Amino acid sequence: MTLASLPLTLVALQVVTGIALGAIYVLVGIGLSLIFGLMNIVNFAHGAFFMAGAYVGVFLYGYTGNFWVSLVVAPVAIGLLGLAVERVLIRPLYGRGPDDPLLLTFGLAYVVVESVRILFGLTGLPFSAPPPLRGAVDIGIGYFPLYRLFLIGFVGLVVLGLWLLIERTRFGLIIRAGARDPQIVQVLGIDIGRVWLAVFGLGCALAGLAGILAAPLQGVTPEMGVPVLAEAFVVTVVGGMGSLAGAVLAGLLVGIVVAMTSLIAPDLTKMAIFAVMALVLLVRPRGLLGRAGAFG
Amino acid sequence: MTLGFDRRRLLTGGAAAAGLALAAPALLRHARAEGTGPIRIGFPVPLTGPFGAEANDQVRAAQIAVKEFNAAGGLGGRLAEILVRDDKLNPGEAATRTLELIEKDKVNVLVGGLSAAVTLSINNVARGRGVIYNSISQSDAITEAKDFGRTTFHEALSPHMTAGAVGRYVFPRHGKRVAFLTADYAYGHEMVRGFRRAGAAFGIEVVSDVRHPIGATDYSAFLPMIASLRPDVLCLCNFGRDQVVSVQQATEFGLKQSTKLVAPVLLLTARKAGGEAFEGVVGGTSYYWGLEETVPSARAFNDKFRAAYGGAVPSDYGALGYAGVRSVLEAAKLAGSVETDRLVPALEALRADFYKGPQYFRTCDHQSVQSVLIVESKFRNQRTPDDLFSIVHAEAPDEAGLRSCAELGHRQG
Repeated sequence: MTLASLPLTLVALQVVTGIALGAIYVLVGIGLSLIFGLMNIVNFAHGAFFMAGAYVGVFLYGYTGNFWVSLVVAPVAIGLLGLAVERVLIRPLYGRGPDDPLLLTFGLAYVVVESVRILFGLTGLPFSAPPPLRGAVDIGIGYFPLYRLFLIGFVGLVVLGLWLLIERTRFGLIIRAGARDPQIVQVLGIDIGRVWLAVFGLGCALAGLAGILAAPLQGVTPEMGVPVLAEAFVVTVVGGMGSLAGAVLAGLLVGIVVAMTSLIAPDLTKMAIFAVMALVLLVRPRGLLGRAGAFG
Repeated sequence: MTLGFDRRRLLTGGAAAAGLALAAPALLRHARAEGTGPIRIGFPVPLTGPFGAEANDQVRAAQIAVKEFNAAGGLGGRLAEILVRDDKLNPGEAATRTLELIEKDKVNVLVGGLSAAVTLSINNVARGRGVIYNSISQSDAITEAKDFGRTTFHEALSPHMTAGAVGRYVFPRHGKRVAFLTADYAYGHEMVRGFRRAGAAFGIEVVSDVRHPIGATDYSAFLPMIASLRPDVLCLCNFGRDQVVSVQQATEFGLKQSTKLVAPVLLLTARKAGGEAFEGVVGGTSYYWGLEETVPSARAFNDKFRAAYGGAVPSDYGALGYAGVRSVLEAAKLAGSVETDRLVPALEALRADFYKGPQYFRTCDHQSVQSVLIVESKFRNQRTPDDLFSIVHAEAPDEAGLRSCAELGHRQG
C-alpha cells in the first residue's frame, strides 16, 4: 500500500491518531527531560513511575468510581514518591558522577515493578475509559474515540501550564538559571537542593499522570512502563535534552511517524522511531531544540 | 562447651554430610536404573514473564495429577514427582533447563512449554536424547515431520484446529468479509492459515491482512483503516497482552458496532485482564471450567482443583498442565514402565477422558485429537466472578479438523 493510494480522510485520521499517541510520549518525555536538563540524572525508573501512576489511579478508581479523582491523586502520589526517592536515595549521590544515579534508578525500577507484581498480581488489571468519555465522535474526517480527543486537549493544557510555570514564574526562572549554572544560583543565595527536589518530584508526577492517562488505552500491567521508557528516551534525545518545546515537538513527531508507518509498512513501526532518532542526531547532534545547559 | 569443640564437631559432621551428598546422586541413579526410584517428570514452563499467571496455574494443575497418581499407589509402588523449571519464555533458556533436567536430574519424561518457539526448543533437546516430551503449548510446527520425533507428543490444540473450528463457527453466522490483525510471528501466521483454510469452504473475502509487531502497545494506528473497510469479522490473531490491548482499542474505535471481534484462542486470563471490552468477543479454547455442566470428567477435575486451591477454578492452560502429566502417568500404568520404548506405544494406545471428554493421540504425528470449545465472553450478565464465558459450541474430536498426515510430511496414514 502506498500513501498516494489512500483516501485523504484516512491519512488525516491517521495523523490525529498519531497526535493522540504522541500526547503520551510528550508527557513522559517532558518529565524525563526536566530531570535530565536540571539535574543531569538519567532517570531509568521513569517507566516504573509511569506504571505506578496507572496502578494508583486504577486502584483508586475501584474505590471511588471517579476517574477525575484518580487523575488528580495519581500524579500527586507519584510526585510524593518522587520526592521521597530524591531525598532518601538520590541526594547522597550528588557529586559522584552520572553513573551512580543511573544505576540506582535502574535498580529502583526493578523494585517498583516487582512490588506491583507482588501487590496486584502478574496478569494486570482491566480499565476502560470513564463512561462520559466512551464511544467515538465524528470529527469531520471520520469517527474518532472521544477519550483520545480528551487526551489531546488535556495534555495540551498541562503543557501550557508547564510552559507558564517555567517561563513566567520566579520558580521557573530559578529552574532555568539552575540548569545553566547551578553554582552561580547557589552563590545568589538560593538553595539549589530544594529546587532539585521539587523538579524531581514534578518529573515523576508527570510520569504518573501519563500512566493514568494511558491506562484506559491499554489497561495496566506491571510491564507497561518498559516500552514507554524506551520511547521517552527517543523523545528526549530527538527533542533535545532539557528542552520543553523540544519534548513537545519530538513527542508529536514520533507519534505521527508511528501512525503513518503503521499504515504503510506495519512491520517497520518499531524501527521507524529509531530511524527518526538517528536522522535527527545526524543533522542536529543536540536534538531538534537542544542547547547546551539551557532549559526553556 | 568451647568454641573449638563445637567447630570440630561441625567439621566432622560437615565432612560426613558432604560425603553423603556426593554419593547420593550415584545411589539415586542406581536406584532409577533398577526402576525403583521415583518417576521424575521435568516441567519447564515460563514462571516469570508475561505468561507467568498461566504457567503457575499449569504447575498447580500438574501437581494434582501427580498427587492423584501417588494416592492410587503409583506405578506398583513407584511414586511420581514433578521437577518444575523456569524457562523464562526464552527458547535458549528452555534448552538449557531441559538439558539439565535430562542430564543432571535424569528425568524420565518431560511435560511443559508455553509458547511455540519455546516448545520447539524443548522438543529439539528431548528428541535428540530420546526422552518423551508431551507439549502443552499451541504449535503447528511441532507435529510436522521436520520437528517431530517418535518421542514428541502434543497434548495442546494446534493453531490449525483451533482457528479452523472458530472459523467454521463464525463465518456462517457473522459474515464473509473478514479482516485479520495478526502478530507477526509463527503463531499468528499459523492462525491466519487455519482461518483461511476453514474460510475457503464458506467463500470468505479477506479485506485486510495487517501484521503488527509482537508486543505492540498501541493498535490505534491500524484501526481507522480496518474500520473504513467495514468487515463483518475481525480476527485478532495475537496472544496474551497483545490480544487484550487490541480488543480494548478496537472497542474504543467503535468497531464492535458493525464487526464481530474474534480471537482464535481466547484465554481466561485475557478476559480477566481485558474486562468489559471483551464482552461479546468469540474465540476458541481447549478448556473452560463451565464444561462441567455437560461433561462429568470436567466436574471431577474442577472439584479436585477447587478442593486443593481454596475454591479457585482451573484455567485453560492450567488444565493442559494436568492433562499433559496425567496422560504420561496413565500411559506408564498401561505400559507398566516409564522406559521410552514401552511408553511410546502406550501413549499411542491411550484412549482418555481425563477432564474434557474423549481424546487420543493420532498415531502419525502424536497430535491429541480432542474437542475444540467455542466460547463467547460475558461481562454484564456474569453470575459469579468466575463466570466469564458461555460455551456457544463444541466441535467434537475429529481428525478432519487436523492437517492430514501426508501434508505434515509423515508417511503413514
